[in-house]
Amino acid sequence: MNEDFEPRIVGMFCNWCTYLAADLAGTSRMKYPPNVHVVRTMCSGRVDPQLILWAFRCGADGVLVGGCHFGDCHYQEGNHKAFRRILLLKQLLPQLGIEPERLRLEWISAAEADRLCAVIADFREQIRQLGPLRAPLEEEKMEHVPA
Amino acid sequence: MGRTIRIDPVTRLEGHGRIEIFLDEKGEVNRAYLQVPELRGFEVFAVGRPAEDMPQITPRICGVCPMAHHMASTKALDALYQVEPPAAAKLIRELAYNIFMLEDHALHFFFLGGPDFVVGPRAAPAERNILGVLGKVGLEVGKRVIAMRRELRDLNTFLCGKVTHPVTGLPGGVAKGITEADRPRFGEVAARGRDFALFTLQTFEQIVLNNREYVNLIVSDTYTHRTYYMGMVDANNRVNFYDGKVRVVTPEGKEWRKFAPADYLEVIAEHTEPWSYMKFPYLRPIGWKGFTDGADSGIFSVAPLARLNAAAGMATPQAQEAYEKMFATLGGKPVHHTLANHWARIIEMVYAAERLQELANAPQLTEPNIRTLPTATPRLGIGVVEAPRGTLIHHYETDARGIIQRANLIVATQNNAARIALSVDKAARALLGKEGPADDQGLLNMVEMAFRAYDPCHGCATHTLPGGLALRISIRDPQGKLLREIRT
Amino acid sequence: MSRPKVAFYWCASCGGCEEAVVDLAENILPVVEAVDIVFWPVALDFKRKDVEALENRAIDVAFINGAIRLSEQEEMAKLLREKSKLVVAYGTCAYLGGIPGLANLTDRESILHYVYREAPSLAANPDTMPQEHVRMAEDGVLELPHFDDTVRTLDQVIDVDYYIPGCPPLPQLTLEAVQKILKGELPPKGAVLAPAQALCQECERNASKPERLMISDIKRVHEVIPDAKTCLLAQGLLCLGPATRGGCGALCVQANMPCTGCFGPLEPIRDFGGKALSLVASIVDSTDEKVLRECFAKIPDPAGTFYRYSLPAALLPQRRKINAR
Repeated sequence: MNEDFEPRIVGMFCNWCTYLAADLAGTSRMKYPPNVHVVRTMCSGRVDPQLILWAFRCGADGVLVGGCHFGDCHYQEGNHKAFRRILLLKQLLPQLGIEPERLRLEWISAAEADRLCAVIADFREQIRQLGPLRAPLEEEKMEHVPA
Repeated sequence: MGRTIRIDPVTRLEGHGRIEIFLDEKGEVNRAYLQVPELRGFEVFAVGRPAEDMPQITPRICGVCPMAHHMASTKALDALYQVEPPAAAKLIRELAYNIFMLEDHALHFFFLGGPDFVVGPRAAPAERNILGVLGKVGLEVGKRVIAMRRELRDLNTFLCGKVTHPVTGLPGGVAKGITEADRPRFGEVAARGRDFALFTLQTFEQIVLNNREYVNLIVSDTYTHRTYYMGMVDANNRVNFYDGKVRVVTPEGKEWRKFAPADYLEVIAEHTEPWSYMKFPYLRPIGWKGFTDGADSGIFSVAPLARLNAAAGMATPQAQEAYEKMFATLGGKPVHHTLANHWARIIEMVYAAERLQELANAPQLTEPNIRTLPTATPRLGIGVVEAPRGTLIHHYETDARGIIQRANLIVATQNNAARIALSVDKAARALLGKEGPADDQGLLNMVEMAFRAYDPCHGCATHTLPGGLALRISIRDPQGKLLREIRT
Repeated sequence: MSRPKVAFYWCASCGGCEEAVVDLAENILPVVEAVDIVFWPVALDFKRKDVEALENRAIDVAFINGAIRLSEQEEMAKLLREKSKLVVAYGTCAYLGGIPGLANLTDRESILHYVYREAPSLAANPDTMPQEHVRMAEDGVLELPHFDDTVRTLDQVIDVDYYIPGCPPLPQLTLEAVQKILKGELPPKGAVLAPAQALCQECERNASKPERLMISDIKRVHEVIPDAKTCLLAQGLLCLGPATRGGCGALCVQANMPCTGCFGPLEPIRDFGGKALSLVASIVDSTDEKVLRECFAKIPDPAGTFYRYSLPAALLPQRRKINAR
């Protein structure tokens, strides 16, 4: 393992919980690794599997999706859908040669800033062990113009 | 000084099939190499797929004979799950299959390989296509061919969901049944099909058999090989496209082996040459003795002529009559003249149409039970049918969930690969020898005819256009320098 | 006034798209009379050098089917692009890569190894492997072209104007598209020439599809005999109709088999497989992990199920080799 490898992680955080937890971690001056590029979504249920695949295509080594605990979803069942989709997506990934551990779903409420920090640190270490993904695509060769 | 002749079907095939011929110092053919330069890997990307998806995946090997793959695959699933389809399902499958054989053979005769004959081997390439055929037989006939195929294909759309890439096959049955209200339509189309098949036979007799020159071409030594012949037969050793055992006869016409699909590995092996991606099947017990024919060589042949040679007769009356006439005309069984494939193909059309009528009238056809649900744990299944172009074998091995772990396909035309090489070799000898035509066009014609008679579905064996071939012959000196190039 | 010049060509194709054109049957005759076919290897006898001799953009429209696998196919596609005003990707292989695109889940080495070393029908102790250059004793060299690991869509090698989806396309859609183009009624560039609606709209079982469709388990097609009148997805079969573009009239469903998605995605969708996966996952009525895992075990091959026709066009179009540690 390359000691210098710093994973590039895309974080898709639900506006109502995990994103606020990230805010709280910030205002509380909590320290956590800077590897996560945060994308705010209105619900974890808004995270279309295509967005996750897109993140890997763009060079993410890992994708972390953060949503509300069951029962807390602002839109009732959005997080239920996220749960099912990501479970099935993790079944697809190995067929594409991607370790399913590179995709992680966590329920992190707005108050759980400390938990968010722990998760990020843990995920970073996990990805460091796995190594870079950098699903390399020669862009000129593979760009499909969506019809 | 040796010369090289390369036949390279470039324009239609983009390098998907080419023939390279080496001559020795005397100017005689030393060796002919049939090179197939592509491999798509269906057997390998089948691994990991659920077996029940294979009847829809494998037809994409070939869009002209998708039904052949669909059916071989479905039968492999029956074997895999050790499940017997109900009577109605078997009838429906055989019905769909004969509809397909009839329209596909018609396509070949009128659109693809047949034009060689109908228009004539001396005709310019620009005429050797459907338009030339129409010129010869008339527009009305042309419209009849188009209409008949459309009718038949519409039936299979109704029966199988899609006519190109059918979807109905399942282990233990079919997805869609036929009701009594549907039955008359099948009977009517079958009757028209039979008339059409007999008309095609008549057309062939008029245009080809009444023409001395054509007949001489058929029986000429240039297009003759004495190989083993293989085809599927029923319990009475009559040709059957859908089910039965596979019978192999010697070059003298004696039964050599009759095997069940499950035992194919004891009989058929594949030989690899370093200069081709396509492998060459041969009879394993006899062995690979090189590109040579005769009883000591394991090379065998499939497709219409081979099927008629390997069987003891046809299972329907008018086809039987035509079968007897062909063998009487050509001097008894077996017939070794490759060009007789065109004739045998039409006899098979007659059989398919007559069989269609029988099936359309079968009482059990409309029974509601069309599925036996599998209960056994899957492990291994082998399914065999006669594709228009030869014996087709699908072999699947799965885990306990029915996920393919290993697949092996021996695909129709592939079985003829070695014999095609022999044919090309022989044609090359004739055309480059003292007796052969001096002009480029004549050279190409003769080689093409050898090829086309097999109706090679390189779409199956590789990736090429079924039937028609554009050829390029490159004549090179021993250093590989191009001396002369001839293209169609 | 000269007739429009038309070309047909096929790349890594099974021939089904060519059959689809022939299936126009009687309807093909007026089209053939209205145009000047300058290149159609299947039926007519023009050669590559005839195309090369044309002026650029001399061909009014070129229909190209099949995926791109060999360098020769890429070259031919580029040549036709140069010589044509319009290029139509005809059929799902050209549009999305098609079933041969499943080869992107494996690689060239694995294919060679299986076919020539491991296949059960090989002679005992097979040691011959095809070579790209073989020196034969008679002083000649035989060559085989290198084939690529990757199957690609047409628009990954050239600029494409329109797409006609289907495996194969329906004759009716083909005819409509050809007529439109010949009349000069050109849709916006990049359009897919098929209805912009989900297959469900055309399906005769649509009325039986519940407003809120949830399923409690998934069935593989050989495990059940479905009801012949009700929505297949609602019965737990993996019918991808809701995620698939319409235009085929739901032919497979009429044969009691679920739609497998050959017409490709709906209008704004970038990755068909991802969306189809999302569809199926979303409707399973449980949040219990164990129950969900059991249910999803009935989809033992998500890649083959959701990306059967569209892997080369996917966001992640090729299996990555995981390096051993």
